[in-house]
Amino acid sequence: LSSPFSQSLRLVAPIGNRSTRGIHQLGGAVDPESSQKKRRTMLQYLSDHFYDVEFLRGYFLQNKMDKVHQKNRSFAHLEETHGPNNAGAFFILKQGGAVKFRDKEWIRPDKYGHFSQEFWNFSEVPVEAVDASDCAINYEGLENLHLLKELQSLSLQRCPHMDDWCLSRLYPLADSLQELSLAGCPRISERGLACLHHLQNLRRLDISNLPSVSNPGLTQILVEEMLPNCKVVGVNLAEGLKLGPEEQPQDTDRPIPA
Amino acid sequence: MLPRVLSLGVRRGPLTRRPGTLRGGFSLDWEEKLSEIKKKIQSVLPGTSLHPLYDSSHLPPDHSDVVIVGGGVLGLSVAYWLKKLEKQRGALRVLVVERDLTYSQASSALSLGGIHQQFSLPENIHLSLFSASFLRNINEHLAVVDAPPLDLQFNPLGYLWLASEKDAAAMENNVKVQRQEGAKVCLMSPDQLRNKFPWINTEGVALASYGMEDEGWFDPWCLLQGLRRKVQSMGVLFCQGEVTRESELVKMDNSVEYQPVECALVINAAGAWSAQIAALAGIGKGPPDTLQGTKLPVEPRKRYVYVWHCPQGPGLESPLVADTSGTYFRREGLGSNYLGGRSPTEEEEPDPENLEVDHDFFQDKVWPHLAQRVPAFETLKVQNAWAGYYDYNTFDQNGVVGPHPLVVNMFFATGFSGHGLQQAPGVGRAVAEMILEGRFQTINLDSFLFSRFYLGEKIQEDNII
Repeated sequence: LSSPFSQSLRLVAPIGNRSTRGIHQLGGAVDPESSQKKRRTMLQYLSDHFYDVEFLRGYFLQNKMDKVHQKNRSFAHLEETHGPNNAGAFFILKQGGAVKFRDKEWIRPDKYGHFSQEFWNFSEVPVEAVDASDCAINYEGLENLHLLKELQSLSLQRCPHMDDWCLSRLYPLADSLQELSLAGCPRISERGLACLHHLQNLRRLDISNLPSVSNPGLTQILVEEMLPNCKVVGVNLAEGLKLGPEEQPQDTDRPIPA
Repeated sequence: MLPRVLSLGVRRGPLTRRPGTLRGGFSLDWEEKLSEIKKKIQSVLPGTSLHPLYDSSHLPPDHSDVVIVGGGVLGLSVAYWLKKLEKQRGALRVLVVERDLTYSQASSALSLGGIHQQFSLPENIHLSLFSASFLRNINEHLAVVDAPPLDLQFNPLGYLWLASEKDAAAMENNVKVQRQEGAKVCLMSPDQLRNKFPWINTEGVALASYGMEDEGWFDPWCLLQGLRRKVQSMGVLFCQGEVTRESELVKMDNSVEYQPVECALVINAAGAWSAQIAALAGIGKGPPDTLQGTKLPVEPRKRYVYVWHCPQGPGLESPLVADTSGTYFRREGLGSNYLGGRSPTEEEEPDPENLEVDHDFFQDKVWPHLAQRVPAFETLKVQNAWAGYYDYNTFDQNGVVGPHPLVVNMFFATGFSGHGLQQAPGVGRAVAEMILEGRFQTINLDSFLFSRFYLGEKIQEDNII
């Protein structure tokens, strides 16, 4: 590809780059910056007039999505040989997340994606905590998470592919899960949060910074009603009271109306 | 010979040649020549008729490979899968004829938008599972370059079916079949129900089945617009008009213009009005008790949906509850609003002439059952109501899919009696496979063919609301 194309497309994440920006652009729901906007209109013009450009863009989009599917393939075949905990831990570590076995230290991959392989020797040690922040985990990948039957703490902060469908798949972890964090996930709305009522053992739930939730304050109150034993963290309820009802709660630059 | 060569050499060039003398043979006939040339140009130009006098771009094309009658969710789904599964890009020309592009009376737009896998027939379960995975990955399937992603507003809270003593055994059987086919459904006893949903009054309930995954409700309008956008980008032609008379005449809206469309296949996805389209093709015109005389048993039935507000009602986690009496309701949004209704019995069937709402039906037939099941609903206040049509299959309330045995170029994708929206992606794929491959590949819908009306083989589905 010629360089103007590779610059303007910005769809193919550079190889080996695990930065969040690359993965966020996979979602496609990112606001274009001004310079990107200019490039987008030229690309848009080309797409409208040339079938080849349209097809090429569609091909790259399909490529991105296939990469996410590849990351979330099933790891069930490892369950027979290495046990469910090790298989699930391997899945998380391959995605770029961190894993903590009971009585052991956190295992985290470094910036090149390498992680210590000593956990294969653990036999029957359950995984207690998983930190899958910024990982490209989606609905199919959550099936691999069901292998971890004694998971107590799960952090899915800023995962770009977590949406309402995925939250309906968390119910098998209901017996053991005590801590869940969904902060910053762009696709989760109050409809998905309603399915968390299965998780009756939950003690701490973080639902801050969910841009797709229409009414964060009211949602927090309803979620607190739904899960009476759980401490729901996330929304600053006083913030909604200060500004007028027609203004956005996030817009703190505007002066407070008298 | 020499004079002949000389006369050949004297000629000054092709422009001075008199027409018809190059190789000798045909005589000059200018009018016939002109009309021949015009016909040739017409056949070369795709779809447009060369009328130098008036503009015909609003009319549908003269020829089309497939004409889909009905632009609702089923028709668009068939169009999508035809274009997706065709062997070569642009191999099929598909035309969708829709009478009302505002969808004011279309069942798809007025639907509640629920999807569940709790059926008794394995084919229905598979169709629903396929559709759920289609909807889950909708932004991969219906992705259009430079268009914003679709937000279906899916609510994954599931369906809760309640069964009385006499239906409990059948429900248990059904759940076994559902789990075998891959649906995630669990059975609950009245005690577990009271534990989980304290607002339910479990009097008269012996068993309940609760769908845990892939069940819920979504916004059907968004699906419709997404499908329309995608099929338009794939090259499907749209036409606003009505199909009248057997030889595929399309009458344009609000005018007396007619346009004949020649086509190889017609797909009847006209929903509540499918019987009229089938009658146009001559289906049902024959002595009774013969295959020619078997009519398409699909008729429009009116169903009401009521919206009410109840401040102390079920919480955020309430699923779509389908009661033993046939009443159903679900929560809508964050503000304690609920949607619901009930299918009337045969005697109470309202007149499907128009879409007027009967509020007395709610007072007399729906509210008592709601209040009995959920005591908090005794103090509700109805805010809004609307009515929509079911394309009701009077034979066995299941869809008709596939070709007609005698009129072999009419395919059906209709008659789903209230669960067409949730089966649309699967049915669309099945019809496309039947057309392109000649048989059903992904899901076997042989039991949904038209011939069952003549043979009298009913495939009864129990869980219909």
